[in-house]
Amino acid sequence: MAEQLPRAVELVRRLRSIREVAEVLDGEGELFPYEADAFTLLRGRALAVVFPLSARAVQEIVLACNAAGTSYVARGAGTGLSGGATPVDGCVLIEFSRMNRVLEIDVTNRTAVVEPGVINADLSEMVAPLGLHYAPDPSSQSACTIGGNIAENSGGPHTLKYGTTSPHVLEIEVVLPDATLVKLGRRDGHCAGYDLRGLFVGSEGTLGLVTCATVRLVPDPETVCTLLASFSSLVGACEAVAGIIASGVLPAALELLDDRTIEAVEASVYAAGYPRDARAVLLIELDGAAQGVAEERECVERVCRERQAIDVRAAVDEAERAALWRGRKGAFGAMGRLAPDLYVHDAVVPRTRLPEVVAEINEAAARRGLRLANILHAGDGNLHPNISFDRRDANQLQRVREMGEEILRICIEAGGVLSGEHGIGIEKRDYMRMLFDECDLEPMRWVHDAFDPEDRCNPGKLIPTPRACAESNPRHRGYAKVEF
Amino acid sequence: MSDATAGASGLIDYEATLDCVHCGLCLPSCPTYQETGRESSSPRGRIYLMRGVAEQRLPLEGLVAEEMQLCLGCRACESACPAGVRYGHLLEGARAEIDARGARGRLRRLSERFLLRNLVGRRGSLRGFVAGLRLYQRSRLQAFMRKSRLLWLLPPLARADALLPRISSPHRPPAVVPALGRRRGRVAFFSGCLMPELFGATNAATVEVLVRNGFEVVVPEKQGCCGALQAHCGDLRGAERLRERNRLAFPSEGIDAIVVNSAGCSASLKECGDSLSGAVRDIAEFLADVGIEPPRGRLELRVAYDDPCHLLHGQRIADAPRALMRQIPGVELVDLPGHSDCCGAAGIYNLTQRRMASRLQDRKIEALRRTRPDVLATGNPGCLMQIAAGVRRARLPVEVLHPIDLLARAYAKESQLDF
Repeated sequence: MAEQLPRAVELVRRLRSIREVAEVLDGEGELFPYEADAFTLLRGRALAVVFPLSARAVQEIVLACNAAGTSYVARGAGTGLSGGATPVDGCVLIEFSRMNRVLEIDVTNRTAVVEPGVINADLSEMVAPLGLHYAPDPSSQSACTIGGNIAENSGGPHTLKYGTTSPHVLEIEVVLPDATLVKLGRRDGHCAGYDLRGLFVGSEGTLGLVTCATVRLVPDPETVCTLLASFSSLVGACEAVAGIIASGVLPAALELLDDRTIEAVEASVYAAGYPRDARAVLLIELDGAAQGVAEERECVERVCRERQAIDVRAAVDEAERAALWRGRKGAFGAMGRLAPDLYVHDAVVPRTRLPEVVAEINEAAARRGLRLANILHAGDGNLHPNISFDRRDANQLQRVREMGEEILRICIEAGGVLSGEHGIGIEKRDYMRMLFDECDLEPMRWVHDAFDPEDRCNPGKLIPTPRACAESNPRHRGYAKVEF
Repeated sequence: MSDATAGASGLIDYEATLDCVHCGLCLPSCPTYQETGRESSSPRGRIYLMRGVAEQRLPLEGLVAEEMQLCLGCRACESACPAGVRYGHLLEGARAEIDARGARGRLRRLSERFLLRNLVGRRGSLRGFVAGLRLYQRSRLQAFMRKSRLLWLLPPLARADALLPRISSPHRPPAVVPALGRRRGRVAFFSGCLMPELFGATNAATVEVLVRNGFEVVVPEKQGCCGALQAHCGDLRGAERLRERNRLAFPSEGIDAIVVNSAGCSASLKECGDSLSGAVRDIAEFLADVGIEPPRGRLELRVAYDDPCHLLHGQRIADAPRALMRQIPGVELVDLPGHSDCCGAAGIYNLTQRRMASRLQDRKIEALRRTRPDVLATGNPGCLMQIAAGVRRARLPVEVLHPIDLLARAYAKESQLDF
């Protein structure tokens, strides 16, 4: 930002003067690592990064941005995988990592009131002595923030039984794009009128900024049983997934990892003891009352064996259980060692279609000479095909991009959707048309424009530009299309 | 990007920066990120900065150079990193690049390099220097200086003085110390640079415990500093010279292991990938592997163990020291909150980045205040000094010791039992 416009200089000065702002960064080097979140294929350069400490400060930041006609983007830990926190060029990045207090824990009603920068796993750790936990558990839970989870409506392995973030968020305090502070939802979970809380969760920071949230805490189950089933074929493992659900058992989590994923995890610090000779493993967690879990375990083992499982075993103790999960949650990062770059996809299909969809995706990758590894929240039919590549190879990069589109095409043709949990962001904004036609998109634009008529709040994310006016619409600007 | 490193010395390992997939799992493990909340002070951010420099999208001077110096090099991020990024290696390269391009204060760089090469790196000069310090302590001049606050006229000296432990007599073992009782093997002892001078008693304890457990100990005369401090500061050439000296000093055959009682040194010796590396064992690791005869002497102590970063994150050794201390009758091991976080010593960091170092020291002291152990045990000289200095300042009734000191004490008590 060598030659800042006077207006920009004035804006930074105004941001610095806000009382409950901890810090404003605007140096070239300081801004550089904020170019991208965990989705690194597109990047943008913010004008400044600002660290508010209170809702009041957030309001003043929004007022300052509005006065300067500058857009703003919220950011938590920057672990998102669809570019939701990627700055649009020249915006103000509002970094919530220092609004990280747990304000209240209500054991009787099993709720917690938290600021948006609280780290997901920290909340669970904090309430663990009370026999409670916060159920949504994205793989990045050791680093990601609750605010980011709310924006993306994040899921995780335990989403299968406990749901995504939305059902766990009761009430949120939000700064709207006109800088007013409102509360959406109710602490007791009963709301009248439009469910604006529901609208807000998963809106990817395009409707306003969450400054406080009341979330549900879930009692720890009486018994937990984690099973590891290995299969000699990927299709067999996928069929077992459908079989388990069809049998009436609802596991707390039902994850699938293929051999390439196993190889990467076992070579990393998160080595979990997954069998290296299996073509795929299922990680199945059952929880609840002891009697029920025992019965469910029998049923799951039977289904797996019917689908030619090589082996089914249960974690013998808490340490092994934790190791199995650490391996699963470190899997994405562990892929990093396979090649310089990694593209993590996220799509959902009806789980009965998993066997054919996974096979088709693998074939398509092989045809393009790409290395693809599969991690699935299989119980939900949520696929995460991971493509390892080297962006410095332009030809390979082109094939990766084509592959990305093909994966989505295959999933949508099988009756699926674009994203299970990572969000649309900038990554999949333009793919929204594969799923929705203009008539479907238009009501989303109405909703957006009702909240953010000036289009300053995380612009250019989530909703594709109307076709007719793509050139003139400001939503199309930004994001250096450097490598992708 | 073929000429990505043009105009640079190419000491940043660009290929290795690409192992980072930007997932962010390292963030909560990083002490400087915890303290500042800035992406540029996080491991992911620093790697991104290195990449930016290598791709010539960002100048090295200014912020990048500052952030590389602000990093502790504690490598807690390596324990959290699923992609296996070799962060310590990347940091050394980046710091070497900074020095090669003269991107930080010339005076500071040269004086740091001079002291590390010629004072720490040379046994003779270090001996003389520490002998002077010992005299300074024993003549009560230190007590006078501290009391009179004269030192505060020169803050850097005051800081260095505050770190000084109670210097025991230097440890000068014979070239070979025979095993006691049944002989189980033969090991070489890497005595280190600062350890024999500042922590002579701990070195003596190390040899005693090895000998007591049936190991003949050879102490090569010509050995010296391992070069870790020099490498961490970007002086890769100076480090290499020291390593060469050790390669010549240590026997390549006829020993079971090269035993090291300083975690920073054992990590560095293991990683430099030379002829010695394969044989190097940290003392705790070695003893836990071969098994010790449990001491019969009792020590009625509550002991809190603090993991030295380069033992835990650099070598993934967490259980061995705890297992050893648990074998001492009477010792109760208590959990120290934040035991896996850096204490702020980080080589010479507590001298160069005073403010951050003392913030981290404060956290450690706060944990001790809550835990109230009799002894804080940790296996690295830098950590021993840093934590002990904090304890002194806070006037906590906590003794700061190396785990091997405790073992030696317990064995020493046996002889009293026998009478």
